[in-house]
Amino acid sequence: MKSRSVVFGLTALAASLVLCQAGALAASAEKGKAAYLQHGCWQCHGYQGQGGIAGAKLAPNPIPFETLSNFVRTTNRAMPPYREEILSNDDLADVYAYLQSIPKDPDPNSIPLLNP
Amino acid sequence: MARRDKSPQGSAARGPAVSRRKFMAGVALTSAATAVSPQGAAQAATTTTPSPSPALRPSALRPDVHVAAAETGTPKELAKAIGPDGSDFMVDVIRTLNIDYVCSNPASSFRALHESLIDYGGNKKPEFITCTHEESSVAIGHGYFKVTGKPLMMLCHGTVGLQHAAMAIYNAWCDRVPVIAIGGTDIDAAHRAPGVPTFHSAQDINALVRDFTKWDDQPVSLQHFAQSMVRAYKIAMTPPHEPVMIALDLGLQQEPIKAHERESLYIPKYVPTAPPQADSNAVREAARLLVNAERPVIVADRAARTPAGVKLLVELAETLQAPVIDQGGRMNFPNSHYLKQNSRAQVLISNADVIIGLELSDYWATVNRFVDNGLDGIGVNETVIKPGTKLIGISSVGLVTKSNYQDFQRFQSLDVDMAGDAEASLPALIEAVKASIPSDRRAALEKRGEALKKAYAEARERTKAAAAVAWNASPISTARLAMEIYGQIKDLDYSLVSSSGNVSGWPNRLWKMDKHHNWLGASGGYGVGYGAPAAIGAALGNRDIGGRFSVSIQSDGDLMYAPGVLWTAARHKIPILSVMHNNRGYHQEVMHVQRLANRRNRVAALGMDRSPIGTSIENPDIDYASLAKSMGYWGAGPIKDPTELGPTLKRAVEVVKSGQPALVDVWTQPR
Repeated sequence: MKSRSVVFGLTALAASLVLCQAGALAASAEKGKAAYLQHGCWQCHGYQGQGGIAGAKLAPNPIPFETLSNFVRTTNRAMPPYREEILSNDDLADVYAYLQSIPKDPDPNSIPLLNP
Repeated sequence: MARRDKSPQGSAARGPAVSRRKFMAGVALTSAATAVSPQGAAQAATTTTPSPSPALRPSALRPDVHVAAAETGTPKELAKAIGPDGSDFMVDVIRTLNIDYVCSNPASSFRALHESLIDYGGNKKPEFITCTHEESSVAIGHGYFKVTGKPLMMLCHGTVGLQHAAMAIYNAWCDRVPVIAIGGTDIDAAHRAPGVPTFHSAQDINALVRDFTKWDDQPVSLQHFAQSMVRAYKIAMTPPHEPVMIALDLGLQQEPIKAHERESLYIPKYVPTAPPQADSNAVREAARLLVNAERPVIVADRAARTPAGVKLLVELAETLQAPVIDQGGRMNFPNSHYLKQNSRAQVLISNADVIIGLELSDYWATVNRFVDNGLDGIGVNETVIKPGTKLIGISSVGLVTKSNYQDFQRFQSLDVDMAGDAEASLPALIEAVKASIPSDRRAALEKRGEALKKAYAEARERTKAAAAVAWNASPISTARLAMEIYGQIKDLDYSLVSSSGNVSGWPNRLWKMDKHHNWLGASGGYGVGYGAPAAIGAALGNRDIGGRFSVSIQSDGDLMYAPGVLWTAARHKIPILSVMHNNRGYHQEVMHVQRLANRRNRVAALGMDRSPIGTSIENPDIDYASLAKSMGYWGAGPIKDPTELGPTLKRAVEVVKSGQPALVDVWTQPR
């Protein structure tokens, strides 16, 4: 019985992750940029998600959506959590789309100022 | 003639020669006998009244008409005296201390000393620096000391001026910086001018800043002033360095030197006090722990007071092959040295078996963590060290701890706790460490060093990669901002005189900082408004030393506290390049309000701005280049395109090299 519950739980989780991923893929980067600004993500992570002393790097190449989503909702105290009441799942998916749209950085070794 | 101290040590005072009291000779004071003398009148009264028998003697004699008039009537003007003024003697005293500048916004309560400084003293040693705000006056001295190791004097109005100055004095207190603050005050209520001067007088102006000054006094005679001034300087300049305060009565400044003082006044000799050193037994125990540690860590905050302190810290770290975490209160350790391991601070601290903290402003926060996201709205405290980790500390701060203001931070128990100046104690510690290392331990130390070299190189590459993220972004990333500046100054003997805004530490992470003046630390008390004036004070010091290029990364919120200091820099021809980190907000507070909104499940109200209402500096956007130009600066910007930044900075550097201050406004990412 216990193992069946575990299997069911994992199946449900997998299904929800697939849905979340699908939702993220269908999201709008343009709307996500607006939501990213509206909800203050930029304050710690920068306008391009580059991170800094106050927040982790989010882009380019963001972490998987489900990992990001779980963190945003709970955060384990690393940042103030954004609950669904103030950041909807759709908005979060749009934010993720925005992060995915941010172009890759130049190679640091190709930047003369970083190699004085 | 005013005499120097006749004590055995005092007959040959050090410091610059002082033009002695030429005005003293041959000048007679007119008698004060024309003034009403209550004492004299009372004496006359007693001599004309028959003495009652002891049994009938009243507790007080009835005043006769003269006494009553003297005690209750409107006081007459004090007799005018012709002769040398008290404030000229004060200038003589000040000049023995070799103080380069006096920073001040003028005020009536020190008008006599002001006049003596510029006319009797010739506006030299100290030279007047005209300020537009008392907070700037103090902070200029703050920055100047960090470059030169010499304190400046600041003059302020006793109440209103000192209240303006108070925040900057608190910054200096927290940052262990000496400032000689002098506040004019008119104590004599019967003779001071009514109205505004009386609004600006108080019984005890020093009370305003007593909680965060090391010593204060209110001299009541010229000899008292001479002692107090030299004592104040001596106390301020004994580590831990701290600001001191003297309340200076206007009457004392203005009144002529009294006849009986003319031959007895002297100027005490200033002899520096040797800094306090850690106890020798405790030093030996600390050395034993460090030598036997497997994973020792050195943490320094305000350890290197001078360039010599940097060398000593390098010697200690190399002897132990121990990583150094420089918390940045001063430039303690070269960032090109493989033992500087700031980027690995968290892992090093959490794995350490012995930690030595040198002049830490917050030992608790070095070995603990405060997480400001507790679900119940209360922050969470967590230790970050292993059980049994031995903690060693050398700090002079405990020698001057006061009660009210909480700059002493949380209490942290240490295993070996030494009260003493770290820099002064390092030679003994290094000697003890060298004497304690057994020969069979040296190989292990070398192996540790090799591992640290590898970790340093890897961390350097990670830092470069992090700096490249959003390299071409607009607003301009703080990494790009820092490296575009560095690209223009790296071949100069630069001094980053202030980094008032938070730019994620990029200069400390990526600029080569090997010299003590490459980095001067922060404000100490984190009072906004320090950056602009402290940078200009430091630039003044660098100008006088010569050959150095002063650059600051200037945040917008900080500059707007007292932007008039730009005029002071232009007026006094202080070359400095200020590059604005213009993120258009009080960004720390931006994040604080957002944090609380999230905690309460609310969407933060932005109004018409980008960030929560009340935290932005936009709508309208401030044109800092025009602001600077209006005060005599060369100005450019706002720069929003990163490709325009380098060429603009290049032009600005040339302007500064010519001796003029320049400001480049740059729209930046928040952090």
